[in-house]
Amino acid sequence: MNWAPVIGIEVHVELDTASKMFCGCRVSFGDPPNTNVCPVCLALPGSLPVPNREAIERIIRLGLALNCRINPGSVFHRKNYYYADLPKNYQISQFDIPVCVDGWLDVESDEGSFRVGIERVHMEEDTGKSVHVGEGGRIHTAAETLVDFNRAGTPLVEIVSRPDLRSAADARAYTQELRAVVAETGVSDARMERGSVRFDANVSIRPPQSQKLGVKVEIKNMNSFRSLEKAIRAEVDRQVELVEAGEKVVMETRHWDESAGITHGMRTKEGSSDYRYFTEPDLAPMVFSESWVQEARSQIPELPARRRERYRHLGLNPGSARVLAGSEPDLRGLFEDAVESGAAPVPAANWVTGDITASLRRRNACLGDVPLHGEDLAALTAMVSQGRISARAARQVLEGVMDGEGSPTRVARARNLEQISDQAALEQVVEEVMSAHSQAVERYRSGEKKVRGFLVGQVMRATSGRADPRAVNQILSTRL
Amino acid sequence: MPIDVDVAHVANLARLALSPEELDRYRQELGVILEHASRVQQVETSGIMPLSHPLGSGNVFRPDEPSPSLDREEVLEMAPESRDGFFVTPPALD
Repeated sequence: MNWAPVIGIEVHVELDTASKMFCGCRVSFGDPPNTNVCPVCLALPGSLPVPNREAIERIIRLGLALNCRINPGSVFHRKNYYYADLPKNYQISQFDIPVCVDGWLDVESDEGSFRVGIERVHMEEDTGKSVHVGEGGRIHTAAETLVDFNRAGTPLVEIVSRPDLRSAADARAYTQELRAVVAETGVSDARMERGSVRFDANVSIRPPQSQKLGVKVEIKNMNSFRSLEKAIRAEVDRQVELVEAGEKVVMETRHWDESAGITHGMRTKEGSSDYRYFTEPDLAPMVFSESWVQEARSQIPELPARRRERYRHLGLNPGSARVLAGSEPDLRGLFEDAVESGAAPVPAANWVTGDITASLRRRNACLGDVPLHGEDLAALTAMVSQGRISARAARQVLEGVMDGEGSPTRVARARNLEQISDQAALEQVVEEVMSAHSQAVERYRSGEKKVRGFLVGQVMRATSGRADPRAVNQILSTRL
Repeated sequence: MPIDVDVAHVANLARLALSPEELDRYRQELGVILEHASRVQQVETSGIMPLSHPLGSGNVFRPDEPSPSLDREEVLEMAPESRDGFFVTPPALD
């Protein structure tokens, strides 16, 4: 039997504010352990939290970018649980009145477009970092735990999707789009390798036609798109096997083990009531005025979906628009500058996402390291479309420009790459080739038509590839 | 009538080891408190603005400016065990 997965995703995003959510300790990655800690984030008795206004402004901006409604007011709650990296034994989070609710995000993937509902976006604080020591560092076999509280209290935003996703691939596409929005709005550095963006997934299965949701399992500990996709696949497979063997899926939290490629059940499972949420008495409620929300709205830059649309209007096909819209800001800037300098959008986009990206990768450089500007790209595309250089020569011209040899025109001239379209000069070369290969000419004239390709090749060779093939063919037609 | 409470479960959530006598005593005491709370919940509150905090609408914030942190040696002195700048705890999941 076929089973239909139903997936909802919780995405945690660390904000890269200068200071933590409720105290003035620095938010900094990679500092020596326990050097950015104070009485508040260590939960020393008598300390009191004060929220960071910048973090609140950022969550409002992100919520608006995700088409959410901003609640007129919002309160913090305590979520009580015990863990070594949670010094207060509760996390300051939000419960029934989060900052943002009821949004959505449109996602485009190879398989098409779909909309994912966003239930809520709420503000909380990150925990410290635990290093589990012994037996290869695996969480379930560790002998002891080392704790670093530098991360404790870092502003953390949780984005909860509705269970609108139907496959692991969709989950990946959604989280990638979401990450792009997070990066674009500037609320977080969104660096996956630093754990700035992390995923939990709620997974259940049901018969394809059923509207009823199955028992859901929460899987935790995915911090890359790849592991999210793999973990969901593994969990769906596990549930299908269970159900087909006549067993039941149990509601639980499971931990993704990246190296083993499987999920492990976790021994403790606390239900929502076990967290004993109650309003945080140390923090006053927040009220968001209309002008505050308007201000946040005005700070939202162009988002990926809008940019893709704009690129499509420039004539790019959807795939190409998607790749370009998702590329690094400096590369997009190069494209936009080139178009502004008169480049045709389609070839300019192909250059940027193709040869230029590849060349930068070969050079292990970024765009800022090479003297390539929008006007150069515009000149290059113009030279190709006017037939002044061949597509192949254009690649060499590009390399020359990136090597600092000057403008495309200059490089083409200096490297002798300009096509010979001077009719008289070409006719001269064709004459020479025909007399040097008179046998081939005879064979052609006696009906062996494929010899023509050989003759064209000889002309190209004689001109080091600089002859315009169209012109060569024309001349050959009249002479043969 | 006092409300029945699963004190053992609540104690476990709070990581409290209670003796059978204590479990029994707290079950009775908490039961009376919950009975009182349930009576408060019966009060007609429709049309009354919820009050989540005695300070009302606070909007108390601080600017996003870093301030000095504590000295690490001083911090780790408070820990029963530390190593290489880390706090050491028993295995976290057990």
